[in-house]
Amino acid sequence: MASISARRLAKELREIQSEGCPVGITLLEANDFSRWLFTIEVMGESLYQGEVYDLQFRFDAQYPISSPAVQFVVTGGKQSPIHPHVYSNGHICASILGNEWSPVLSVIAVCVTLQSMLASCKVRPTDNDRYVRNAPENPKKTLFHYDDDT
Amino acid sequence: MGSDYGYSEDDDDYYDDEEMIDGTQDEEEDTDEDIDMDGDDFKVSTKGKKKSYEVDYESLSQRSVEKLMQRDVEHICGIFGVESDTASLLLRYMKWNKEKLIEKYMDNAALVSVAAGVTVPEAPPPPLVRTQTISAPASTSRRPTTRGSKLLGLGSKSSKSSNPAPSTPRPPQRTSSKLADQAFVCQICFNDSPDMRTLALDCDHTYCTDCWWDYVVSKIRDESEHSIRCMAESCAMVAPDTFVRDLLLPEPGAPVGDKEKEELGPKMWSRLQELFVRHFVACNASLKFCPYPSCTNTVSCPTAASKSSLTTIVPTVSCGARGIGNGVQDMSRSQQFTLGLQGKEHKFCFGCPIESDHRPVVCNVAKMWLKKCRDDSETANWIKSNTKECSQCQSTIEKNGGCNHMTCKKCKHEFCWVCMGPWSEHGTAWYSCNRYDEKNGVDARDAQSKSRASLERYLHYYNRWANHEQSAKLSLDLYAKTEKKMEEMQITSALTWIEVQFMKKAVEEVDKCRMTLKWTYAMAYYLAKGNEKDLFEDNQRDLEKAVEDLSELLESPIEAENIPTLRQQVTNKTVYVQKRNEIVLEDTAQGFQDGRWRWNVSVDGFDDPEELG
Repeated sequence: MASISARRLAKELREIQSEGCPVGITLLEANDFSRWLFTIEVMGESLYQGEVYDLQFRFDAQYPISSPAVQFVVTGGKQSPIHPHVYSNGHICASILGNEWSPVLSVIAVCVTLQSMLASCKVRPTDNDRYVRNAPENPKKTLFHYDDDT
Repeated sequence: MGSDYGYSEDDDDYYDDEEMIDGTQDEEEDTDEDIDMDGDDFKVSTKGKKKSYEVDYESLSQRSVEKLMQRDVEHICGIFGVESDTASLLLRYMKWNKEKLIEKYMDNAALVSVAAGVTVPEAPPPPLVRTQTISAPASTSRRPTTRGSKLLGLGSKSSKSSNPAPSTPRPPQRTSSKLADQAFVCQICFNDSPDMRTLALDCDHTYCTDCWWDYVVSKIRDESEHSIRCMAESCAMVAPDTFVRDLLLPEPGAPVGDKEKEELGPKMWSRLQELFVRHFVACNASLKFCPYPSCTNTVSCPTAASKSSLTTIVPTVSCGARGIGNGVQDMSRSQQFTLGLQGKEHKFCFGCPIESDHRPVVCNVAKMWLKKCRDDSETANWIKSNTKECSQCQSTIEKNGGCNHMTCKKCKHEFCWVCMGPWSEHGTAWYSCNRYDEKNGVDARDAQSKSRASLERYLHYYNRWANHEQSAKLSLDLYAKTEKKMEEMQITSALTWIEVQFMKKAVEEVDKCRMTLKWTYAMAYYLAKGNEKDLFEDNQRDLEKAVEDLSELLESPIEAENIPTLRQQVTNKTVYVQKRNEIVLEDTAQGFQDGRWRWNVSVDGFDDPEELG
């Protein structure tokens, strides 16, 4: 029997392929069950209009019990969106990727959440430089303190 | 029987227990004193009543803490008329603050129940009715809903039934067991096999047992989390204990499944129990978990529960266990002896994170001292040995080469490195200084020594402190050496094992006193000058001398004809050292209780030093 994570991702992938992604989100690359790439674009009138970002998912064998490691791609000329919860190294401070992760959330659900998160103001986090200097490679290793500003 | 008592290890192994509970055992031994000199040589008569430097405390096993929790849970059950699962969740949510819970619950039971993850938010039914029914699903929460039919497109296995697949691949989130006849796919692993077993909390978010298992194990093992919430997104329901227990512990008569799981389950369950206890202990100011690795005991010390009490007492406690890891208690006595330090009791301070006995000095001062040592000691030592100060501007200067004609970079003062006097007086004696006693040189050295006095002062205390710490570390060697000597004595003289125990006692006493001495230097460093400090240092000196004398005796070579005198001397000295130690501890503790000690710096919880004469 394939591992739960592979089986679950296979199912998610099939759903994406058969039903397509929500508006503004496209699957860029999903060659294996360890790393997927999406592009994400904020729809409608917003500060990010016309800007497209690459979003990277990394999964471990415990997915979906453990959350995926999600970050914006900042290599190859790509940049992370300017947002109070997104650091310039692509790391994202969002509670659903940390302590509020639920195994029933899916890759698409995360994309949609991040998409709607972007539709707010356009500044870097106040502690951006300090964080980026010392940040671990995997954003999951950072213990974020989640501010409630919904 | 008398001599049996002589080497009964109860004498000191359970020393602290005796002190804190009562003196029954002592009395018994005291009556034996006439017959049994060996065992009681070392008894100081003060034993049995509490000394002023000791605190009342009680050591609790994990089991006893669980009983305390159980008592609270039952109390709440009685008041609210709820099942114990519910009461536990409510109490944990309210950080075991019973009064607050009762108040809030009486105010709005539904609100508290929802917040605690006991009940589902929508349309909360009246609490009493609700809570009584709540445990019903919990106790039968393992809902072995075998799906008779399966359909969803994903499964590659052929379906047993011919039911057509519904158009939507996702069944409704709230799959209740009443819909059991409908196809079920676990929304986490997308398993859809017909004989899959599923579980759900009262919120009816149903997932397969395997996913629940993985989730619960990951919460307990990876996150050390005792509160296990429903897996559904933003569902605040918390799994009650019986739910988790039924999941982790195999039902009697259940089909033998995964071997690995069968072993892991009980481990996770007992880890969860420990997490519950740790949470309870952390919520209660008068409890503290033993900081020793893999020890699960707790100490209850209500007298030291408040911050303010820590200015008058030093709550050194011991959890009752010994050694590191399990099974140490089963070791033979000689093994424990050889291990020496490793077999030591779990002594720690109830009031601060220092994992040893820092009597006689109070927590805040001990902490200040440790911090200072961490920051300063090595740097200070280096500065002292490698630099001098410019006699004019007091800049610290390192001479890393060149001649003795120094020119201060900062103030341009020219001086001689050897005598520290101004260079102008050196005339043409360029490379050798023969002016050591010239007035100017003496003055310059005076100025320097003044500015260095505080550094010297610190190093004085630090070096003595570090010396005792070092000696204490070496006590492991001393234990081993002493044991050898004891064996030697048994061979060269007619003494029995019991009769050579005096050596071991002496080593233990020296070890103990060195701990006290160590911390007296931290205390003396911060004590304000005055009669009180003089008295303190007198006591310190007496103890220091007594300990050194005894140490010397212990190191002395053993000759057969000397053994009786040696024994006499060691025994006498041990009793003396013990008494000196008592005096230092007693007097210092009394001083704290009387508010007698004054500091030369400001210490949390004490008056500022300026206010004193």
